[in-house]
Amino acid sequence: MKTLRIGTGAGFAGDRIEPAVELARHGNLDYLVFECLAERTIALAQQAKMQNPQAGFDPLLERRMRAVLPVCYQNKTRIISNMGAANPEIAGQRTLEIARELGLQGLRIAIVCGDDVHDQIVHDKFALMETGQTLADLAKPVISANAYLGAGPIVRALADGADIVLTGRVADPAMFLAPLIHEFGWAMDDWQKLGRGTLVGHLLECGGQISGGYYADPGIKDVPDIANLGFPLAEVQENGNATITKVAGTGGVVSVATCSEQLLYEVHNPAAYLQPDVIADFSNVTMVQDGPDRVNISGGNGHARTGTLKVSVGYVDSFVGEGQISYAGANCVARGRLALDIVDQRLKMTGVNCLETRGDLIGLDAILGRYDGDTSQIPEIRARFVGRTATMADAKRIGEEVESLYLNGPAAGGGVTQSARQIVGIVSGLIDQSRVTPTITFLKA
Amino acid sequence: MRLHQIAHCRTGDKGNISNISVIAYDSTDFPLLADILTPDHIKHCLQGIANGAVERYELPQLGALNFVLHNALGGGVTRSLALDAHGKCLASAMLDIEIPGR
Repeated sequence: MKTLRIGTGAGFAGDRIEPAVELARHGNLDYLVFECLAERTIALAQQAKMQNPQAGFDPLLERRMRAVLPVCYQNKTRIISNMGAANPEIAGQRTLEIARELGLQGLRIAIVCGDDVHDQIVHDKFALMETGQTLADLAKPVISANAYLGAGPIVRALADGADIVLTGRVADPAMFLAPLIHEFGWAMDDWQKLGRGTLVGHLLECGGQISGGYYADPGIKDVPDIANLGFPLAEVQENGNATITKVAGTGGVVSVATCSEQLLYEVHNPAAYLQPDVIADFSNVTMVQDGPDRVNISGGNGHARTGTLKVSVGYVDSFVGEGQISYAGANCVARGRLALDIVDQRLKMTGVNCLETRGDLIGLDAILGRYDGDTSQIPEIRARFVGRTATMADAKRIGEEVESLYLNGPAAGGGVTQSARQIVGIVSGLIDQSRVTPTITFLKA
Repeated sequence: MRLHQIAHCRTGDKGNISNISVIAYDSTDFPLLADILTPDHIKHCLQGIANGAVERYELPQLGALNFVLHNALGGGVTRSLALDAHGKCLASAMLDIEIPGR
């Protein structure tokens, strides 16, 4: 029986490159998938593209391609990635140039576009899931609107002989599901198999998270040689059952526990994980440890797709200003609280219009909320004041008021930092699949 | 005893919604977790964070519960003023919950 080997070369845009090279070299892979788009990444990429038409794709694309292309070429491992972000065409061009530079002749690069639905929805009464309002009600400048494409266009690109497929916004698991559909000839309405392939994709999409990254809790959940964390791969059978593993000799651990954490990561109802190709059902999944760093996965299922695609809309929301200052030694918590109160009062006194503010004592109550217990033994604290504003000028005023604590605040504060930035907000809605037309173009090295 | 001794957790974020999995190391502890970690109890233990509805999903074959906390992330990762805008640390906060009867 045929088994397909798919590895993860990146689980987010900034992911490490060395484990991807290790996996490409020693994973005996058929496919290497780089998942590099978070919810907001494409909106930021769209902003970058507006300023420079040659930008807007993954900043690490060139380094990644240089590192893995020669070995993937040699091993006949095909690459799939959403590193195209807001600009798959230019990402494809760059990849082509690198392939030529490296002397890798005959490589076929497919570019998948069509996820950009800005023009389709920006003028219509596009309904938003978060608020029940429409995009027009939001009355904010829209930066980007990208639909999560399914596996279809990637499958077509692979059928047409692509060695590398570069996309913009595609549902993360679809990049792993596509080679399974292509290689095993699964029907696009074989819901059980599409559900199982989506399960494999969901388990692999965050890279090192399933091989022991984001898992270690010393003394409780120890991860061997985590500095040398290896990226995961799946051995997938024709019926969609799979084994999750990693390259022997790399650090990390693949266990039922790491796989269970990843199964539920960013999932709400495990019986209805909504994807463009299928409603995946993880509710009856079982996992069995089948040797060191090998976990067998079975029991995934699926139901008919909804016929709609999720659209992620990025818009200019507001601004955030922030300042931080440290207090140490005797009575530091009280001085930190006083500092936060002073900044709050001074912003109000000077007419800085904050839509929302927050004061944190980092190291005491910045994460879980106000702490009113004994603070006499706390050795140091960092006071952080942050606020959301309608203008950049007001945002900058917040950090300035924190800095002025030097000569106008509690005793012995030190180490002020300040920042101000524009916020890109993200909202989402649904678009009928029939209104989205993916396109595929090819480049040849 | 704290939950930390018998279970592990991971947090995920989608918009303004946080999901926290709770997974028993030993699946025989699952009924105990299911009994104690009701949505109401989670809402009580994570006061100030679980500001909206709390849903619970069960995967007994994995010894796992999945909690979905609405309106828990200060408007979502891009708008939140919180230091931990993703709510990633909430998994560890969950593990501080006291488990009686053992």
